[in-house]
Amino acid sequence: MTSLRRRLLVLVAAVLALAGVATGMVLHAADRAERADRPRPGDPAVVAGKVTLRHADRLVFVNGAAGPYRKAVASVPSAAPGDGRVASDLECVRFHAAAGTGVCLQSDPGVLKQSNRALLLDSDLRTQRTFALAGTPSRARVSPSGRFAAWTVFVSGESYASAFFSTRTSILDTRTMRLIPSLETFSIVLDGKPYRAADVNFWGVTFATDDDTFYATLNTADTTYLVRGSVSGRSVTTLTENVECPSLSPDGTRVVYKKRVLSRTNLWREHVLDLRSLRETPLAERRSVDDQATWLDDDTVVYALPTNGEVGSSDLWSVPADGTGSPRRLITGASSPAPL
Amino acid sequence: MYLTDRSAAPAADTGPGRRRGPRPGVTPVVLALGTVSLITDISSEMVTAVLPLYLVTTLGFSPLAFGTLDGVYNGVSALVQLTGGHLADRMRDHKLLAGLGYGLSALCKPLLLFAGGIGTLGAVLALDRTGKGLRTAPRDAMISLSTPTAHQGRAFGVHRAMDTTGAMLGPLAAFLVLGAASDGYDAVFGVSACVAALGVIVLVLFVPGRRRDPSTDTTGGPSGAGASEARPPVRVREALVLLRLPRLRALTCCAALLGLTTVSDAFVYLLLQRRAGVGEEWFALLPLGTAAMFLLLAVPAGALADRIGRNIVFLAGHLGLLTAYALVLWAPATPLLVPLVLALHGTFYAATDGVLPAALAGIVPEHVRASGLALVGTSQALARFCCSLGFGAAWTMWGDGPALAGAAIGLLCCATVAGLVLRPARRIRRPRSRPDERQGPL
Repeated sequence: MTSLRRRLLVLVAAVLALAGVATGMVLHAADRAERADRPRPGDPAVVAGKVTLRHADRLVFVNGAAGPYRKAVASVPSAAPGDGRVASDLECVRFHAAAGTGVCLQSDPGVLKQSNRALLLDSDLRTQRTFALAGTPSRARVSPSGRFAAWTVFVSGESYASAFFSTRTSILDTRTMRLIPSLETFSIVLDGKPYRAADVNFWGVTFATDDDTFYATLNTADTTYLVRGSVSGRSVTTLTENVECPSLSPDGTRVVYKKRVLSRTNLWREHVLDLRSLRETPLAERRSVDDQATWLDDDTVVYALPTNGEVGSSDLWSVPADGTGSPRRLITGASSPAPL
Repeated sequence: MYLTDRSAAPAADTGPGRRRGPRPGVTPVVLALGTVSLITDISSEMVTAVLPLYLVTTLGFSPLAFGTLDGVYNGVSALVQLTGGHLADRMRDHKLLAGLGYGLSALCKPLLLFAGGIGTLGAVLALDRTGKGLRTAPRDAMISLSTPTAHQGRAFGVHRAMDTTGAMLGPLAAFLVLGAASDGYDAVFGVSACVAALGVIVLVLFVPGRRRDPSTDTTGGPSGAGASEARPPVRVREALVLLRLPRLRALTCCAALLGLTTVSDAFVYLLLQRRAGVGEEWFALLPLGTAAMFLLLAVPAGALADRIGRNIVFLAGHLGLLTAYALVLWAPATPLLVPLVLALHGTFYAATDGVLPAALAGIVPEHVRASGLALVGTSQALARFCCSLGFGAAWTMWGDGPALAGAAIGLLCCATVAGLVLRPARRIRRPRSRPDERQGPL
């Protein structure tokens, strides 16, 4: 049948053309990935070395500068963050550290699914324990004393007919190695009343210095709340609304957080909330920040913002915590800051 | 090529005596459409597998910005399905409507790359769902119209098995691409677009379209997947006649009733994980267990339905689901629990997903077949959506165990009612034989 032969020819031509285009795109992406692993002129100098969590005068972060140490945990002197970086051989998607304890969230594409892990690190960045994660790493935090670690992952139970997204937040007691797999088992007091719901999600934990109190974001019925929780009491209480990814100041009086400026969009503005008066102050950063910020000291916060025009890369910026001043670029090509 | 050879064969050749046919009764149209679905599912599951990773790591999305929109899309998709089915009947061109649906979804894949915000991404995904909604009913109608009534179950089984194969290959392909190019999400979306385009091309080339006048018919489309008689276009009022078919009404009501107590997969996996203590790292693999069983059993279940009756198999599938609920609720947490529940869950899909449309072949007249399929599909989808909302509320009020127990009791009641409603309908079938049932010997 000539028409069959013609159709087969068209099919073969289409398969060849589409295979060519697809191969081209994969090769292009592979090439770009390889180029990202080569240092570029003008980038900050990165040298391999020993990164430890013991030096109080250094800032540790995940290096994002192109080169062999992209994605590696690196450190710079706090006083001169623009100086040359020392990079370890530990690669993380998300990282945080305090008082000699580190937590590193990793994600590798596997064969059938991505494989995600949380690593508990000692002060030499050696892995103490590994925990399997249920989904894509999102936030990580270590308590000021180094005793507790918390992480949030993004779970997608892909299923036959429906997409299904939620967060899962875990807290680890590094002293007992007991893991609370999900904060969703905690009892909730919402606006003064006990509350239970299937759609509860937690993310963005931050710890106080007493090794029990923590703050986090709770979402239920399309509303996000700031909650204060107790690890030992296994409970949380809502404080106020529209607070995401809180981060507690070193003096424990304020949290910096991202406030959604327009519902159902991903536009946020960094604010600082005074925990006693619940008064909020917008910071001088006008751009939309989607990060769990960190305090450099009691007056300055640091957060990641996407580098102009480059998808998947970010710089660290700092801004005064009282709403004055203007944002300053602290470190180019970096994310997950942890001041020691 | 096996497939193309068959698709070019004249319709008369599809009888049981066909020389190379390992599955007598499966027409070239079904194999061609199965291939299109297989290819398209590879494409869409590639995206599904990496989308969360892309949203969080590359776009920096806050996780929850997303989940809320999902329910709305499902509702929209169900309504679009009704429109797609009606338009396909009205224009008497199922291939055109299916092609538009597949094409729309294919166009969305490269658009994902330009969607940087929740709004644009939401729009692209909504468009993708619209494409899926548009194509479902015309595609099933083509399967239905190309197959003798006696072999409907097997035909839909073959199609669903091929479809599921694609769904299982998709993530594999996506992670292969990501392995070759780290952070190469653009490459994943690009390859997915190419695969989707190939699906559309196979549809255009090898799925026969509406039968035209013999004089203008140069492509030689076999087996008349469109309505072959010269009928006037179907109007909305005529489609409403569907509601007056007692057996369609009964089946639609039963499908909806059972859908109201069919807990969404996500909840089933979540409950199973809690109950059996499945490790976090394995959670994402649970749907694979269901899919594997679905794939294995889709054809046998369809063939069985052809032999012993589709309504019986459809109901038996729901009893399998009921057993799965009961196991999750009360069985001891042995290592066998997870494979057993997943096997039952997959069996449920195998016994219902293709069997329900197969059951419609003898009930709905040819010229409104797509509308009829859409009607049942939409009722079922909307009922399942309501079930998700209700289940979430029940979980909130009473906890996960009681919520599932409630669903199980509801399912038992609904299955009993459906069993009573559907059984007599089979008996009065022969005497009330309609002109549109001339095809089947059943």
